[in-house]
Amino acid sequence: MSDLNKLGLAAARDMLRAKEVTSVELTEACLTAIEGADALNAFVHKTPDIALERAKAADARLAEGEAPSMCGLPVGIKDLFCTKGVASQAASKILEGFLPEYESTVSQNLADAGAVMLGKLNMDEFAMGSSNETSVYGNAINPWRRGNEDTALTPGGSSGGSASAVAADLCLAATGTDTGGSIRQPAAFTGTVGIKPTYGRCSRWGIVAFASSLDQAGPMTKSVRDAAIMLEAMCGHDPKDSTSADLAVPDFEAMLTGDIKGKTIGIPKEYRLDGMPDEIEQLWSDGTAMLRDAGAKIVDISLPHTKYALPTYYVIAPAEASSNLARYDGVRYGYRAKLEQGDGITEMYEKTRAEGFGHEVQRRVMIGTYVLSAGFYDAYYNKARKVRTLIKRDFEEAFAAGVDAILTPATPSAAFGLGEVTDDDPVQMYLNDVFTVTVNLAGLPGIAVPTGVDRKGLPLGLQLIGRPWEEGDLLNTAYALEQAAGFVAKPEKWW
Amino acid sequence: MSIDQNTAARVAKLARIRVEEDRLPALASEFNTILGFIEQLGEVDVEGVEPMVSVTPMRLKRREDVVTDGNQQDKVLSNAPDAREGFFAVPKVVE
Repeated sequence: MSDLNKLGLAAARDMLRAKEVTSVELTEACLTAIEGADALNAFVHKTPDIALERAKAADARLAEGEAPSMCGLPVGIKDLFCTKGVASQAASKILEGFLPEYESTVSQNLADAGAVMLGKLNMDEFAMGSSNETSVYGNAINPWRRGNEDTALTPGGSSGGSASAVAADLCLAATGTDTGGSIRQPAAFTGTVGIKPTYGRCSRWGIVAFASSLDQAGPMTKSVRDAAIMLEAMCGHDPKDSTSADLAVPDFEAMLTGDIKGKTIGIPKEYRLDGMPDEIEQLWSDGTAMLRDAGAKIVDISLPHTKYALPTYYVIAPAEASSNLARYDGVRYGYRAKLEQGDGITEMYEKTRAEGFGHEVQRRVMIGTYVLSAGFYDAYYNKARKVRTLIKRDFEEAFAAGVDAILTPATPSAAFGLGEVTDDDPVQMYLNDVFTVTVNLAGLPGIAVPTGVDRKGLPLGLQLIGRPWEEGDLLNTAYALEQAAGFVAKPEKWW
Repeated sequence: MSIDQNTAARVAKLARIRVEEDRLPALASEFNTILGFIEQLGEVDVEGVEPMVSVTPMRLKRREDVVTDGNQQDKVLSNAPDAREGFFAVPKVVE
């Protein structure tokens, strides 16, 4: 069979178990697709040897009949995950040449579940960006185009390479991470599914830290069912991450019944922004109607502190980043600047960080340093932490009033052209995360599902937000939405 | 709150990032854009609200206070830009 790379996880798994295909065949199909897709710049470190070795091992396990959940399924791994002996540089020059001596818990969980790693995926530097334009590897490109135009579009960010690779069928699925929307926004821009689980579901151990109180890993897939399968393989308690939840992981796939009768879906009025494109309004009301038709009860809700989420985020995330990124000092790993005669250790730090960090990362580290500095700590950092309490409380009150999930747009627009949002006004780029960032601040699970296309044929997605630890229920609501929307469009191959 | 060039230079120093003199005006202006955006938080009444410490109500786990790791000097040093005789090497720290 040709086009094996176009399969999703569930379909490929079923074919593997029915002995209709081998993992080596699936893996080779993906490797061929990756070789022909350099124009997308999605895979930035290819690992064909590791992939084929793991595929052979998976085929042996499948032959024995004791195959774990993702046995033999080829996936891509975001460059933010440390992978033993394989370049892991968070798309930054400062981690040039870094070869981890260890494996992140999430990528190890996937390997233990039998998944095959095809390589590492492009992203924004240290996951700081919404367009994949801050990467040291250069831009990742969206396989989707506006009608017949050949303008290069962003796949979103920070998990842009992951989104591009899944949408272009270079892999069956990929890992992403999400600090303010970095799984859900790129998923929406590429017509794929992306879920950020509850904070604490996935271990953060071995994932390069950006903002530790917000970072979560999650899967980026071709369907909600695939997201359920892969999320289950990724999460679980890890003693190496003290914020990892010691809770049993349910069988998420088994919870996909598509029955949402009697569920209450909240529609938050604060997510209706001035100047929001008609197409996004329409998408949202269509999605609302789909859930109502599926038997859900729709209620209007209020999340009054929504407008303060982005400013809160742009205090807390840079503050944590400035602390986390202090470790990049040119001493223990990665890049060290060339020094001049007489330069001491301070010059080494300053030159290394000036040359090793890109512009956006430097900007955020310095903003973080400022809001944490003496005299401003209370006014900015403590204030933001208090507003964060209020943002979380808004959600708690909605859930306490009986809401099971909240439906919102995933992004304020379709994918934009690379370079169209200029670097001179960072706030314009930050606005991309306006619908997603609240979810990170409140630690909740959120999923983006493609439900339509705009006038130019670009995919658009909706976001569902769930109660903490109820990813199974959230995935089921997303599954019902996916079934009703029947989104099947794929980008036409030009690369 | 407006950030001038001196403040921008001080922040860069605190963050240990070298910024050339001629870049300071642009940097100060970017800071002001971002901080102007953040200023909105001033409108929020946070009287009596606790600052968030942990987003999920959980007790951090404690582990046994025992050695669980070690004896891997070669692995610790394997990514160092400059390692000599089992140590990280850095430029002279004290005169």
